[in-house]
This record gives sequence, C-alpha cells and structure tokens, in this order.
Amino acid sequence: MTGTPAVEGFFDPEAQALIGSKCTGCGTYAFPARQGFCPNPHCGSDTVDLVPLSRTGKIWSYTSASYQPPPPFVPADPFVPFFILAVELAAEGLVVLGQAVAGTDAQDLRVGRDVEVVTDVLFTEDGENKLVWKFKLVEATK
Amino acid sequence: MTEPKRVAVLGVGMHPWGKWGRNFVEYGVAAARAALEDAGVAWPQVDLVAGADTIRNGYPGFIAGATFAQALGFTGSRVSSSYAACASGAQAIANARAQILAGLSEVALVVGADTTPKGFFAPVGGNRTDDPDWLRFHLLGATNPTYFGLYARRRMERFGSTAEDFASVKVKNARHGAANPNARYRKQVTIEEVLASPMVADPLHLQEICATSDGGAALILSSVEFAKAHGIKPLVTIDAVSTVTPVYPNTTIEMPNFATDSSAAVPLPKMGFRPSITAAIYEEAGIGPKDLSMAEVYDLSTALELDWYEDLGLCGEGEAEQLLRSGATTVGGRIPVNPSGGLASFGEAIPAQAIAQVVESVLQLRGEAHGRQIEGARVAITANQGLFGHGSSVLLRR
Repeated sequence: MTGTPAVEGFFDPEAQALIGSKCTGCGTYAFPARQGFCPNPHCGSDTVDLVPLSRTGKIWSYTSASYQPPPPFVPADPFVPFFILAVELAAEGLVVLGQAVAGTDAQDLRVGRDVEVVTDVLFTEDGENKLVWKFKLVEATK
Repeated sequence: MTEPKRVAVLGVGMHPWGKWGRNFVEYGVAAARAALEDAGVAWPQVDLVAGADTIRNGYPGFIAGATFAQALGFTGSRVSSSYAACASGAQAIANARAQILAGLSEVALVVGADTTPKGFFAPVGGNRTDDPDWLRFHLLGATNPTYFGLYARRRMERFGSTAEDFASVKVKNARHGAANPNARYRKQVTIEEVLASPMVADPLHLQEICATSDGGAALILSSVEFAKAHGIKPLVTIDAVSTVTPVYPNTTIEMPNFATDSSAAVPLPKMGFRPSITAAIYEEAGIGPKDLSMAEVYDLSTALELDWYEDLGLCGEGEAEQLLRSGATTVGGRIPVNPSGGLASFGEAIPAQAIAQVVESVLQLRGEAHGRQIEGARVAITANQGLFGHGSSVLLRR
C-alpha cells in the first residue's frame, strides 16, 4: 500500500505494526510511544526504546461511528459509517483503539475475537494516500 | 475516624439548561444571583469567587473566576479558575472549601456556566499532532460517544445487559426530569421510543447519549460557624470532596486517549478509576454506601449510569440492571439515582454540571425538590468523570 502515514510516529506501514515505547529500566510499554521518560510512577527511568508492538490481539470491546465525526476527522464523501475496536495486546498489557477495516460486518464482531493490525488508507489528499493502522478480523481456524 | 471537614451550603442557584445560544456569562450571573438570593447574602459579602472554566468560549472562559467577578461587579474578592473537564465544577468547590477551611475565605461563590456548539464536541482548533484529543478525532474518528459505546458493549459482554436495560435508565431519568423546572428535556419517554431513536455508537441510541447544553449553576459556601451565626436552617454541609486521579496502570480506555496504560510490568491497582473516586470520598466522610439517601451520577450515557451503581457500591458488580429493575433507584425507591433527571434530562453544560449535581442534592436534603422529592433525605453523594483522569465526588449531609 503506497502513501505516507497521516501522522508520523504511530505505526510502521511496511511492517503493519504499531510503534510503542518500552522502558529500559522496568519494561513498561506505552502507546503512543513516550519520549524520554517512563510512565511507571515507581520507575523514574528516562531511557525508553521504540519497539514494534504485537501484530495481533483480541477485541476488548467495539462500537460504531454511525454519524460523521467532526474535523479534524476527514470523512469520505458521502460519509460511510465504520466500526471502532478496542483491542487488547496481551504481551504489552495494552488496550489500543483503531478503526475496523472497511467491509467489516457487525455480525462478525465479538468480544474476544482475534484481529490483526493492518496498514490502510485513512483519507486521500491531493492524490496521495494518507495511511493509518486499522484492525482486521483474523479468520477463525476451521 | 477523624471528624469530617465541613463547609456549609448557604444557597444554590441555576440558570435553566437549554440551547439558548447566548453568552455563557449571562447564565453564570443569573445562577450566582439566584444563589445569593437563596443564601440571603449580599454580593459584596462574598470574599472568594471560584469559577469553573469553559474552553469553548474564548479567553473569558479560561479565567471564569475573574470573568464572573467582573460581571457581578468587582469588589476586590479573591478569585480562582479551575478546569478539569466535566469535574471542573467539583474542583472549583474543592478550591473554595479548602480556602474556607484554611480560614482564608468566609463566604465563597462557586459558579460555572457554558454555551455549547451543536452536535459532537470537537477538539479546540489547530493542527496539534501531539494532542491525544486532536489525534483521536483525526486518526480514528473517535468522538465522545465512541467511548460510551465501548463501555456499554463491554458491559453487555460481561454481564449480559440488554438494550432494554440501558433504555430503562433513560425512561427513569426522563420521569424524574419531567418534574425539574431547570431540566432541558421534560418529556417522558418509553423504552420503545428510546430504542427507535437513531443509533449513534452501537449499542447506544441518540436518546441514550447526553446532549451538549447551555446552562449555569452556582453555590454560596461558608464556614459552618458563619452559617450558624446567620441562622441558616436546615443546615446542609459538604462533608467531603474527592478529586483523585487513577492509580497506574489505568487499564480502562479513557477519553481522549487511544490506548490504556500498560499492565505488563506493573501489577494492577486495588481498584479501577471510578471506584477509587468513591472509595476516597467514603473514607474522607467516614461513611459507606448504606448511609446514602440518594446519588447524582454522571449518566453521559444510559449504560454508564449502571456502571456508577457498582462503582458507588450501591450493589455488587454485574447487579446494576437488577437494582434498576427493582425500582430501587427511582424516586420512591431505596436509593434514588439522578432525581434531578440527570444528564438524560439536562444534557451537559460541562463546567456547570458537577455544581448542578450539588444543587439538586441540596434541594433534596432541604426537602425543596418539588415533584421529585425523596422523603427524609439525609445524605447525598455526587459522582462524575471527565477527560484525562479527572473525576469527582461530593458528599453532602443535612
């Protein structure tokens, strides 16, 4: 998928993975990445590494954006409703929000289902794709 | 147990909630004048104005304490201005209370008012790629109802709540609000009507999500000694105020963030954010949920009111639907919740809302909540939650 991230620093479009931080002192993760200090109040380290986060997780909860959100959201014309998922990344102990990819069927959304992080188009500006992370359901193993 | 640190509520006042479209200062002044009249206090007697800020009305909104003091006519009083999203009003109360208890103020005005735009709240302007509030709209299209929808779906999944359970909260609150002259919506509704309103953030419908409203609310607070010397009866006191933060790691997704804290390296705290707000106030006031006569809670959505039942300890986890269905939380029941009509009937005027919760509590404790009075109300609690880990609770007693 060609294009550039809508905002730099949140995900790696090639690797299709979110980029977080991991404290070199206590191992605490953060997304978005913390720059220069650890969020753990008992740590106090000021050294964190940027790391790719798990590419798969489980749905913690989900909802719909049935009405067009206000700017700075850039809607399709006409607006197409979409789903927003809260996804639990077990290894990092994080719940992260993201849109579900277009075409996700409400009937298939269930708490606990496996999803993967994918790179997708958020909007198009002057012919260039602006990219974001989205979540895509992983097909259940038959 | 140490004695609660009490301040007296001498007077309360409100400007009706609605979509009036006028300057927010007008609502705040109307509410302040009503509170002064109710207290029997002349404006020049007020030595502290604690304003709750609004961020959508330019500079005057950011310095609300001074703005209202100027509008009422500068008298050389102290001022303070607090912003804490939905908890702004409670932080203004906490500030005034602390100054009264410290002996720095004798009579304080607490006031908040807002004029709101139509539709979804949007972030304030600019291209702010380091602000999670801007980013969540730009990258995700995540509005406030997105978070309410996520919580509601999670509740359904954990406890088997139904759409009808959620709609029943609206039906109850609309019944209460119909009797409140300051409420914006005063029409009773049925479960069918709620569920027939458009879906906004699945599983929540339009009628289950609080609207943005204009309104204003004010309190006149004083030391208990001042109130007694002035023969204020019945004496209603604020016995405790809670404005605590969550304890790291906060693993519930919180507006406007798009990720939780990480629980990978640090064990979970004893309790989550909302229960920690109410635990702190019970500890400070030296009472428990069984002592309550009523609660005003932040029903940003119908489902969130049910979460609050459990976070207040009115029932066990997963039992809120049963408590609602039993009629216990309706006026006339064991522990009425949102006798004012709640946000369901008011909508939300952010800096005024936590103050309005206290106004309703005072009216109930005095026995002046006509048409929705809780018989013999002695102890009232308020609870609310805003952005970025801001929440509040106020405990009042007659």
